[in-house]
Amino acid sequence: MLGPGIWRFGGRMDPLHEVQRLQREMNRIFSGLEQPLNPEVPPVNAWVGESDVVVTAELPGVDPGKVDVSVVGDTLTISGARVAETLKQGESYHRQERNHGRFTRSLQLPFHVEAGKVEAKYDRGILRITLPRAEADKPKKVLVTCE
Amino acid sequence: MMENKIEYEKKPAQTPVEMERTRNRKVFVPKVDIIETGDAMVMYADMPGADEKSVEVVLEKNVLTITGTVKPQEFPGRSIAYSEYDFGDYERAFTISDEVDREKIGAVVKNGVLKLTLHKAPQAEVKKIAVRTE
Repeated sequence: MLGPGIWRFGGRMDPLHEVQRLQREMNRIFSGLEQPLNPEVPPVNAWVGESDVVVTAELPGVDPGKVDVSVVGDTLTISGARVAETLKQGESYHRQERNHGRFTRSLQLPFHVEAGKVEAKYDRGILRITLPRAEADKPKKVLVTCE
Repeated sequence: MMENKIEYEKKPAQTPVEMERTRNRKVFVPKVDIIETGDAMVMYADMPGADEKSVEVVLEKNVLTITGTVKPQEFPGRSIAYSEYDFGDYERAFTISDEVDREKIGAVVKNGVLKLTLHKAPQAEVKKIAVRTE
């Protein structure tokens, strides 16, 4: 599923996405049933600059070698898996609140990016992806001449 | 003549006293997994953004408090355009029983996950009492 585009409204957040999230949350609270919330995993933040965009994702406890980051055109996809602890004989869970399993997240970027120059770093459970804007997509300054 | 009303009475504190932080920053409750193994309790707490220097584990009486401080991320020259998660510190407290060996608590932080190993005290381990006839 394609994530919300960060360019569509030009504001801080996608309002439609926020409304849907709020509605989901409300439904969950008033349904009386503790149905599992379907969170978008991993949650991402995006910083947009003149010549690049930085996307960070909270991915604690994930093997950085098993996270796939791919870019096609202006779409960034983060996928991977968080492995649950394997219980040995005689071990049991008292609490299990952390999410496990496979995740895939796609995000539409505000511009096309240079796929070859994308950098991804993983530190302290946070994945940081720096995506430079494609040369062809950079704004061209047009000189106005007087005749 | 109206006198300024001075409150002589002391203001009662709420019970329990509400904790306030000196830093004006959000605080989140980290998600935890607690696994009981044969001789220990292993706790995993998700604290993305915290490292071994910023995580504190304090055991006072029988309250185990874990805190993690997160440095806010900033990227100069760029502005936040889309946000799904917020920054803040982590804090959570658990009451633990006397069964835990206080001297042998192991804490490791790796990839934003705190792993706490609470060993069971020797006397708390199951002791089978032999029953015999006279």
